[in-house]
Amino acid sequence: MNAPIPNSFRTQPDAQGHFGQFGGRYVAETLMPLILDLEAEYRKAKADPAFHAEFDDLLEHYVGRPSPLYFAPRLTEELGGAQVWFKRDELNHTGAHKINNCIGQILLAIRMGKTRIIAETGAGQHGVATATVCARFGLPCTIFMGATDVARQQPNVFRMKLLGAEVVPVTAGAATLKDAMNEALRDWVANVHNTFYIIGTAAGPHPYPELVRDFQSVIGKEARAQMLSRVGRLPDLLVAAIGGGSNAIGLFHPFLDDPSVKMMGVEAAGHGLDQLHAASLAGGRPGVLHGNKTYLLQDEDGQILEGHSISAGLDYPGIGPEHAWLKETGRVEYTSVTDTEALDGFQLLCRTEGIIPALEPAHAIAAVKKIAPTMDKDAIILANLCGRGDKDIFSVAEHLGVKL
Amino acid sequence: MTRLSSAFAKGHPALVCFITAGDPTPAATPAILDALVEGGADVIELGMPFTDPMADGPAIQRANLRSLAAGTKTADILQMATHFRARHPDVPLVLMGYANPMITRGPEWFAAEAAKAGVDGVICVDVPPEEDGELGPYLRSAGISPIRLATPTTDAARLPAVLAGSSGFLYYVSVAGITGKQSAALASIEEAVTRIKQTAEIPVAVGFGVRTPEQAGPIARVADGVVVGSALIDIIAEHGENSAGPVRELVTALANAVHNARKVDA
Repeated sequence: MNAPIPNSFRTQPDAQGHFGQFGGRYVAETLMPLILDLEAEYRKAKADPAFHAEFDDLLEHYVGRPSPLYFAPRLTEELGGAQVWFKRDELNHTGAHKINNCIGQILLAIRMGKTRIIAETGAGQHGVATATVCARFGLPCTIFMGATDVARQQPNVFRMKLLGAEVVPVTAGAATLKDAMNEALRDWVANVHNTFYIIGTAAGPHPYPELVRDFQSVIGKEARAQMLSRVGRLPDLLVAAIGGGSNAIGLFHPFLDDPSVKMMGVEAAGHGLDQLHAASLAGGRPGVLHGNKTYLLQDEDGQILEGHSISAGLDYPGIGPEHAWLKETGRVEYTSVTDTEALDGFQLLCRTEGIIPALEPAHAIAAVKKIAPTMDKDAIILANLCGRGDKDIFSVAEHLGVKL
Repeated sequence: MTRLSSAFAKGHPALVCFITAGDPTPAATPAILDALVEGGADVIELGMPFTDPMADGPAIQRANLRSLAAGTKTADILQMATHFRARHPDVPLVLMGYANPMITRGPEWFAAEAAKAGVDGVICVDVPPEEDGELGPYLRSAGISPIRLATPTTDAARLPAVLAGSSGFLYYVSVAGITGKQSAALASIEEAVTRIKQTAEIPVAVGFGVRTPEQAGPIARVADGVVVGSALIDIIAEHGENSAGPVRELVTALANAVHNARKVDA
């Protein structure tokens, strides 16, 4: 069921916000005029050198970009195959890639004259990044977070509060990321006149998947230039973890028209694909949720199922629409790793490279662990280290049976 | 004349009543639907429960979850509609819900099944005119009215797009917000309805935040219909399986206020 192969993979979405059959603008009428305004403003910003200059300046001096490109010698040696390189986005201010997008969106919010920011968060990384940029620009912010996630991500809840955000625990449904997103949308509908919704991943109604991708593409643009300057060629394989998919699309997009570069997105297989998991592409089918058409975990009646992953950042039952399209075109290969494999990947990187990764990129590392030994020693794998693991040490300890 | 257009041509404003199918159980819904008709509702909106009702406030969210917890399936809802149509051949029935349950077996399947069940209209909260191709063409060719929502953010420039391809009636959402307790000032409703009726050739029904006969009557003086939902859902939340009586009581009072609204004025 592959879609026709386009001449370029980098010209999506179309004018209506569709990536092939995916994406679009499936929102309540109240939001539609606002979504259209946002799109118009984003078009202007995209063409405005002053907008790019401010974005670039903040990324350099506030976020700390460019992030390093790092060759991992001991991990490479241990796996005994391809060279493993990492894009070190965990070294960004706030410890993850999420801040790239938040900088871009808050600049848009300010351009649009909005005076209040809302966001959803799962693991809390996007909430922290949003609270950070709101503090930086002096805008009040409200973060919606599932009550289950509030309980398991206390350090991030405290961080958000320190940064001045109001954190609203959401008790509906399973009280995780999807419910937080529902609640953020409800708040937005009721406060459209003054509120900007900073969506944390490359999903939601058009133009969010496009603009989040564009802001996160700094990852891939830097990595591509760094690779060319360090080794004089492009990598053979890109690997990134996928929840909603923003770090992956940010890495992949600038390479999509380089035919020699293969790409692998890694979904969370949770307890296993035949049990509770969060792998929407592997275990879902197309549907409509949260403003876009994409692969969703759902039952035969179209009711949405809860995702599960050891990583709170990955347990979302959907995926960004551009990934759904890249899967159907076959340009990107999507695979999945279990909670247990991710925990192994987590410890492997700690032990071999002295880097504590977040549980999200631990999924990418687990996939690298499987594939690197099957590749030639002169092949190059570039994986995105999209977040650091400080926030996860409590849940890792619990899973390893260690009492802190 | 269709059942929907007849409902708005009775010489008085129409009362539109919303309940969630399968709340509290699929078995309880038929008696509650009958209570709506007996109380004087002119149009019935039957909500299709969804796990993620993003446009709804806490009352209807909980109704959705109660229904799903009771095991309500799409097949049950279509059966409720079929049986309703047999009992009430003339009362228009509208399904209201979110896109995913409607398109998950293909929009052509849903449109055909809904038509077979005697459904007159469909309101899909998260399919705006921009995504009409997802559902609208299939409903129209099955003879079902796609009913759209207009809101305080729908300006004059956008209104024609909202009306294009829709029929039955236009549902004016009087507050920029979710379903529930928040209500709009009568003056702003009157201004909006007057503005919309300059363009709309179909009846305009006003909903969101309308809970009592005292609120419904004045709105009925300026609109073609008044929609009441959350107040009925609250009764069902309180009375569960025994909701038909108290639902009938509130609907009777609402119908009196709505149907006689303009007589009071004159």
